[in-house]
Amino acid sequence: MASHVHRIEVRYSHDPRLQTRTERFRSLGIPVRELHLVDVYTVATSQRDFTPEELSQIGAQLSNPVVQHYSVDRPTEAAFDYAIEVGFLPGVTDNAGTTARQTIEDYFGFRFGEGEAVFSSQLYLAAGDLTPETLQRLTTALANPLVNRVHVRSREEYGKTGMDPITPFVRLHDLQAAGTVDLDLPDPELARIGKEGIVDPKTGERRGPLALDLAQLHAIRDYFRELGRRPTDVELESLAQTWSEHCKHTIFASAMDDDVPRGLYKTCIQAATNTVREAKGDDDICVSVFTDNSGAIVFDDEHLVTCKVETHNSPSALDPFGGALTGIVGVNRDTIGFGLGARPCINIYGYCVGDPDTEPALFRGKNRTNPILSPRRIFEGVVRGVDVGGNCSGIPTPQGWCYFHDRYVGKPLVFAGTVGVMPRARNGKPLHEKQALPGDLIVMVGGRVGKDGIHGATFSSEALDPASPVTAVQIGDPITQKKFSDVIVKEARDLDLYRSITDNGAGGISCSVAEMARESGGCHVLLDRVPLKYPGMAPWEIWISESQERMTLAVPEEKVEAFMDLMKRREVEATVIGRFTDTGRCVVEYNGEAVMDVDLDFLHDGLPKKHLVTKPVKAAYPEPDFPCPDRLDDLLLAMLKRKNICSKEFISTRYDHTVQGGHILGPVQGAGRVQTPATLTKVVPGSMKGVGLSQGLFPSYSELDPYRMALAAIDAAIRGLVAIGVPMETIALLDNFCWCSSDAPGRLWQLKQAAFGCRDGAVGFGTPFISGKDSMYNDFSGFDADSNPVKVSVPPTLLITSIGVHPDVTTAVSMDAKFGGDLVYVVGETREELGGSEYLAHLGIEGGTVPSLDIEAAKARYERMTDTIEKKLVASAFPVTHGGLLVALAKVAIAGRIGMDLAIPGGMRPDTYLLSESLGRLVVTVAPSDRESFEEIFGSDAHLIGRVGGTAFRVSAGGKTLIEQPVTAMETAYKAPFGGY
Amino acid sequence: MVRANNPRALIMSGYGINSEMETAEALRRAGMASDIVHINDLIAGERSLSDYRLMVFPGGFSYGDDTGAGNAYANRVRNNLWSDVKEFLAGDNLVLGICNGFQILANLGLVPAFDQDRPREIALMPNRKGVLECRFVTLKPAADNLWTKGISHLYCPVSHGEGNFSCSEETLKRIEREEMVAFRYCRDDLSPAGGEYPYNPNGALADIAGITSADGKVLGLMPHPERAMEFVNLYDWPVRKERLKREGKPLPTESMNMQFFRNIVAYFGE
Repeated sequence: MASHVHRIEVRYSHDPRLQTRTERFRSLGIPVRELHLVDVYTVATSQRDFTPEELSQIGAQLSNPVVQHYSVDRPTEAAFDYAIEVGFLPGVTDNAGTTARQTIEDYFGFRFGEGEAVFSSQLYLAAGDLTPETLQRLTTALANPLVNRVHVRSREEYGKTGMDPITPFVRLHDLQAAGTVDLDLPDPELARIGKEGIVDPKTGERRGPLALDLAQLHAIRDYFRELGRRPTDVELESLAQTWSEHCKHTIFASAMDDDVPRGLYKTCIQAATNTVREAKGDDDICVSVFTDNSGAIVFDDEHLVTCKVETHNSPSALDPFGGALTGIVGVNRDTIGFGLGARPCINIYGYCVGDPDTEPALFRGKNRTNPILSPRRIFEGVVRGVDVGGNCSGIPTPQGWCYFHDRYVGKPLVFAGTVGVMPRARNGKPLHEKQALPGDLIVMVGGRVGKDGIHGATFSSEALDPASPVTAVQIGDPITQKKFSDVIVKEARDLDLYRSITDNGAGGISCSVAEMARESGGCHVLLDRVPLKYPGMAPWEIWISESQERMTLAVPEEKVEAFMDLMKRREVEATVIGRFTDTGRCVVEYNGEAVMDVDLDFLHDGLPKKHLVTKPVKAAYPEPDFPCPDRLDDLLLAMLKRKNICSKEFISTRYDHTVQGGHILGPVQGAGRVQTPATLTKVVPGSMKGVGLSQGLFPSYSELDPYRMALAAIDAAIRGLVAIGVPMETIALLDNFCWCSSDAPGRLWQLKQAAFGCRDGAVGFGTPFISGKDSMYNDFSGFDADSNPVKVSVPPTLLITSIGVHPDVTTAVSMDAKFGGDLVYVVGETREELGGSEYLAHLGIEGGTVPSLDIEAAKARYERMTDTIEKKLVASAFPVTHGGLLVALAKVAIAGRIGMDLAIPGGMRPDTYLLSESLGRLVVTVAPSDRESFEEIFGSDAHLIGRVGGTAFRVSAGGKTLIEQPVTAMETAYKAPFGGY
Repeated sequence: MVRANNPRALIMSGYGINSEMETAEALRRAGMASDIVHINDLIAGERSLSDYRLMVFPGGFSYGDDTGAGNAYANRVRNNLWSDVKEFLAGDNLVLGICNGFQILANLGLVPAFDQDRPREIALMPNRKGVLECRFVTLKPAADNLWTKGISHLYCPVSHGEGNFSCSEETLKRIEREEMVAFRYCRDDLSPAGGEYPYNPNGALADIAGITSADGKVLGLMPHPERAMEFVNLYDWPVRKERLKREGKPLPTESMNMQFFRNIVAYFGE
């Protein structure tokens, strides 16, 4: 262990962030006068010590003399009342520490060995009258006990010695071996193994949930009975990973009731895609659907684009920053791991969280122990996670949204997606196909393996409960990933150095290697070759660890030298860990002993089939009854301030959406900077085509009508793209179901209805599904402040993501109203459909009629929309969604920083007309000179309701003024709620 | 067309640099061929700086901005390639650093480089808001030099967490006196930003967005002209397009930002 430890502290002379940082904590109600920050590097070595002069050189390397000073083994001197040091717990990824280590290595020309490291930490020096309670709140806001260590000292305790140097090395002593597990047990005992895990023979403690049910455990027991031996812990853990809900999607795969014998996936999602593809014939846009890490569609004759959207919910509840960071860099790997490797070119995000202005008292333990993180903490954490992950990876993140609802307080939903681009062929071979062959070497590339993320896959298949293992938390390292991403998709792929590739996500190499083994027909893994972060891990842990930033490749023997040499030159760690075979078996060896030897067929297809039964749940609410206000000015401003409607621009400007140079229509548009539901990005420099992305999500409709909810999501996702000029025939869809309590027949019925909605929507619009993912147990089980058990389930949530190819980005249409005198149209029909609307949510009313969809009419309308855009007749277009026409019209005006004079038709209550969320509608502005051509195409489907102009937004009905507001006041309201973020 | 014997650009990559492809594309469109070279291939001697006339440090997040943006990559250059770089600077060559590249140049002391010792004299500190800022900014040339020739303004994105230009009062005076400020952040009407957010997006001293070295051959620039090469990349292009349409005028294909790259290419053509 390190015998020489030195502490280097780096501090700005005048920290430019001081004011913002201090204000931020003051806004959280913590009375700090000033909050200073010192960066600390603790250098721990054993093979050599550094002289004082060398330590000064290190300090100089780690700081900037123009604006910073450093001190070596001497505490920072400053005026403050409390010192709070936040570092990492042992084994947590420490990116700044790693960079500091590499800099020192490079400078002195030596390598740190085992038991030597640089640890980074942050020392906060707080000045202010802090009570024990406010000090506690400050440390809670600065550190997460699951990943951070915190040391607090008063000024007195700090004295002249400062903080202690801490070296959080992982210490694991015993050399671990594989054990066997007796499954010849009574059912209750067996069930306990499934629920709580294998008993560790040394500690006597359970190792964490396998999430295997009794039927699955019986199947495993019977298989090994036939082999005449007990399973090893490696085998059992491995089967649990491969059979997890996360990997096998058993709920979507299982027969359901009498009418869905082949399961929802095959009956709804896959069948819809097959139907659409057949109908499109030669115009089929699909290249790869459902089978690979992403789905892929045709971009042009030379390129295809891929897309995948993932969720990372449970980890984000515990460590929002690490969870979201891991989510985005994880889905980047689904791009790098598509075919022979696509280049990530656009990121997508989506957050469902609780209202950040609330602080619900919910606890994982009784007696107010282990509180949940506050919604604001979760929100800010996930925003920062994708910030660091996306920005450091050099991938633009234009597309995304936030949705707030109280039922996300215990379990936030974090969606992360990535679009990739790749040539259709290289070296005479299609790049979307891959095939590991017997004899190919199994090569693991990227980061090393630690205990992080163990039981991650099974963890997300279980509802969050007090026994949730903290090893589910991990922090990504985007630069390690960027290094291998670059060398794989920009170099090794085109040099034809490997035959197959996949990412290490859930289940780690146990899933990635076993999955690729299906291509060749078997695998033989030498587990002791796997490079570890620290010694002392058990074989089962190495096999299923979810340590991030790793890919698995199949490299032909004759190319392995060139491959390894290239990786070495790019400073990417690559290790041969075995060989693909054609034995039909998955064999894993550790220290010369087989610790796993299972038929691939059993591993992949041995899990027992289920038959799920659903039970209809009909929402019964009284018909909403409330008065219509005489004037709607206050309502307009209140709606613009609703969190699901207002600006969250601080996210768009934090997320680099211009890198790679393809920005066409970004996340905010117009002089008034309004956030948009669709974005357009060029991904091939020489082409005028672009990739359009949009999304649709209506959790507030789910409990009322899950079928219509799904149609609404599909319609909104498609309509968002149509509005910017993406033709329907180029659009493909992705589904992300985030359900709750998915063993309850009522929830399963809602799931079935939503899946039917997906099928009908996709087939009706002719837009195929190309990829999807589900997360079925988004429930929080804990306690309230009085220790009463509480369960908070997310509303059934379906995200539909749409991707389409814009034929010519120069004809794309933005959302902002352009010039005074332009005509304002509502295209599509408005009905009395307020159920689940933002308006009723604003009034606190549940119930009502959820918008229905006439797909045929919508489809014809969208084709006309594309026609008018191609003919350059549209000055602006915007899809009507949350908040109805009123919000859509207001956003178009705010974006253009120009007024409107509008007269709405009679025949419906004005508030209903303006706030109904009827589907299929767009707000379109048109130059007066284009009026005739525009109306000729749309006929009676386009309703002229007024003109653009002036500085006020005026709405009247039958000569009576309903609204008259300056657009500036509307912009202020729209930007107010998150103005302080 | 680029001829084989024309001067080439070396575009640095590796360790999290990420804007090498669009930088190469911008130079290609301006008429200059380039090679994207991993820093390790330069260190290993597989490529040589002396084969090039322009060295570019593109944008990115080298080493994740850990230990200060651009600092760790600059250390790698100084610890392994310093004599090659100094030799390159002595010749009739140019060096460009954009965003992370500017941060690297500042840490290497390649700007302002009042003398041959090249100590660090300027810093790009964290943005005043403490987070990354991605938005379009307007830039006005503040000096007449090879980089700014014929440019009335640039309109392109910033996207950085640490672009808050800072230096001593004395250094600032000297930079201004010697006309080394190349570009300043300004308002839409090209009047000074005066430090006001968001026109000056990061709090930079004297609205400084980019400076040259004392000999004028090195330029560091925070914003990204290479990310808005085309008319349709500009933030406000949809309203410009609509206006041009109604005036019966054709849409431009290029943006004003291409002039910046044409100036570089023109330098070698002289």
